[in-house]
Amino acid sequence: MLSRYLNNRNVLGLLFMLPAGALLLIFLTYPLGLGTWLGFTDAKVGRAGVWVGLDNFRFLWGDEVTRLALFNTIFYTVVASIVKFALGLWLALLLNRNLPFKSFVRAIVLLPFIVPTALSALAFWWIYDAQFSIVSWSLMKMGIIHQYIDFLGEPWLARFSTIAANIWRGIPFVAICLLAGLQTISPSLYEAAALDGATPWQRFRYVTLPLLTPVIAVVMTFSVLFTFTDFQLIYVITRGGPLNSTHLMATLSFQRAISGGSLGEGAAIATAMVPFLLAAILVSYYGLQRRTWQQGGTDR
Amino acid sequence: MSKFSRRDFLKTTASAAAAGTLGAGSAMWSENALAQSKWAPEKGATLRVLRWKRFVQGDEDQWLANTKKFTEKTGIPVRVDSEGWEDVRPKAAVAANVGSGPDIIISTFEDAHQYPDKLADVTDVCNYLGGKYGGWYDVCKDYCMEKGKWIAVPMGCAGNAIVHRIGAMKEAGFSEFPKDLAGFLKLAQAYKAKGIPPGFALGNATGDGNVWCHWLVWSHGGKMVDTKGNVVIASPETEAALNYGKQLYETFIQGTLSWLDPNNNKAFLDGQIGMTANGISIYYAAKNSPDAKIKAMAEDIGHANFPVGPIGRTTELNLFFPMMLFKYSKYPNAAKAYLAFMMEKEQYEPWQAASIGYVSHPLKAYEQSPLWKSEPKNLPYSNSMKIMLPNGYSGPMGYASAATMADFIMVNMVAEAVSGSKTPKEAMERAKARAERYYKV
Repeated sequence: MLSRYLNNRNVLGLLFMLPAGALLLIFLTYPLGLGTWLGFTDAKVGRAGVWVGLDNFRFLWGDEVTRLALFNTIFYTVVASIVKFALGLWLALLLNRNLPFKSFVRAIVLLPFIVPTALSALAFWWIYDAQFSIVSWSLMKMGIIHQYIDFLGEPWLARFSTIAANIWRGIPFVAICLLAGLQTISPSLYEAAALDGATPWQRFRYVTLPLLTPVIAVVMTFSVLFTFTDFQLIYVITRGGPLNSTHLMATLSFQRAISGGSLGEGAAIATAMVPFLLAAILVSYYGLQRRTWQQGGTDR
Repeated sequence: MSKFSRRDFLKTTASAAAAGTLGAGSAMWSENALAQSKWAPEKGATLRVLRWKRFVQGDEDQWLANTKKFTEKTGIPVRVDSEGWEDVRPKAAVAANVGSGPDIIISTFEDAHQYPDKLADVTDVCNYLGGKYGGWYDVCKDYCMEKGKWIAVPMGCAGNAIVHRIGAMKEAGFSEFPKDLAGFLKLAQAYKAKGIPPGFALGNATGDGNVWCHWLVWSHGGKMVDTKGNVVIASPETEAALNYGKQLYETFIQGTLSWLDPNNNKAFLDGQIGMTANGISIYYAAKNSPDAKIKAMAEDIGHANFPVGPIGRTTELNLFFPMMLFKYSKYPNAAKAYLAFMMEKEQYEPWQAASIGYVSHPLKAYEQSPLWKSEPKNLPYSNSMKIMLPNGYSGPMGYASAATMADFIMVNMVAEAVSGSKTPKEAMERAKARAERYYKV
């Protein structure tokens, strides 16, 4: 009986999948489920909560700081992702050419991504310092400005400063992944296009871009996910200040849940991020499905 | 009785000890021995202690040396781990939540009130220490007592005081540091005129930002909540504080809106600011600097307690440290013996001296510590526990007061109002709405 079952492909398959399934269940599903559940309770640190339904979310919707954090997060993600994509793609195209010291340059480009975020964040913290900023110092010495720039003290300036730090850190990831994608495109396609008299722009638009789409979709999904859930940069550079103008959902969630002890509320903020993340994943999934377009057809 | 404390008794009889009567020395030792037997350690006891990571090296070295001494005396091995002070709080919370972790956690502020039912009753330890060392300062009871029971042993606080340049102050015509708000503002303006403006953190700086913003509001009579926990921050007193803060802010160096805890240290030591609020660490860093220029600055550094506002009493906030013994500990007696041992004069005074007074004592008898006499400049820090108010002032302590401070409601309100991004009225209303959420629960 047992041996018959063990010879059954379906039973065996299920059996072999069990360890992986258990791992996923314990380390992914359970924490996610617990986090979501906490978001619907009034759990405090050191005290289990009771179910309060949508209370947390109702409060958060009316909470100015949370709304500001939501706005900041979306703004941060959109601006940083677009710039990272544009610059990353540009860098990838450059790196795809025959440069001298090709592998060396490619390795160098990865550096910002390799350096631990906390470290690069500290460097940026100094770069943006109100009193010791190297940028302000240089500009002063050159006589361009007469007062140190208050990078992190003025809300909009602080937003753009942190976005710049995020872009610096995120470009290599986008660039290297897109470079890998570029290298899978057969040179013969470009040759054929050139023979047909295609301009460089046309070659990019009708050969490179369609063939790169699947990679772009995956890379940008990850990029958006990383940016949307960014924590370290903000936590080190501004702690969400000044006047909460750089608080992201992730940093606010930590501040409320861990420092502030309102586990339920913090979890609710984190849970509120999920729909946005799901939307990002769905967009990329949809993008990946656009195979017909890559084959030269049109979407139905 | 209160006038003539036990401590005084011990002091006056100290000379008699030499004459062969039952003197202070022997009395203390016999009491010490009693203390050891009072909490007979469990068999095979071991202890784990989690504390905040030192701000000055001497602190950690001496704390570990004292711990070693305890192990030698009692045979109880003690492991001491340290974490950045802001990380201890969440760790303590998790330990409380899951019911396992270090036996003793030395955390910050009102942690003991966040999970009082998870903490062991340490009334015996506190009564013993309080009785022996002249009693605890009032604020200790706010932080560590619940329903008449001690739920944590006060370790002290990291005092925060005004750090300023003496030379420039004298040049501006101040013979001593002003004790009232009008004089304080004038001094700030004088520093600005001298090209070394004041700088107080207004970013989400957990330590420095909270400290001075609470002082600002409290000194004018404003407060987050009344004794019943009703949010009363939107008041004429708070408005007066914010208007005063606005005038003060005009004298600040630029960029304070983004300042986190380390910014003022850096700017002060670089000679860019003439006045800030900080722990003793700026002076310590200057004094021990290998750079001759910075070392010379130490001479010129003065310390002072914050000025007193119309409310007529000191209203400072300092980083308080409770030592919590968790109920889940398998060796509560050993832990109590350890706590008592570390707070005894033989251990506490050398430790306080090694940390150059970074930690201000919770027991009144330690006012007489040689440390405070050896360096007059340290004196303002010796008052820290005596003159402070608890962060949840004047309401109940616990989850709401912790969350309110962690959410930077006071700091944000002050920053919004003084920088002019909101009117004082708007800033107060916003703070009220935010705080009410926490105090409603």
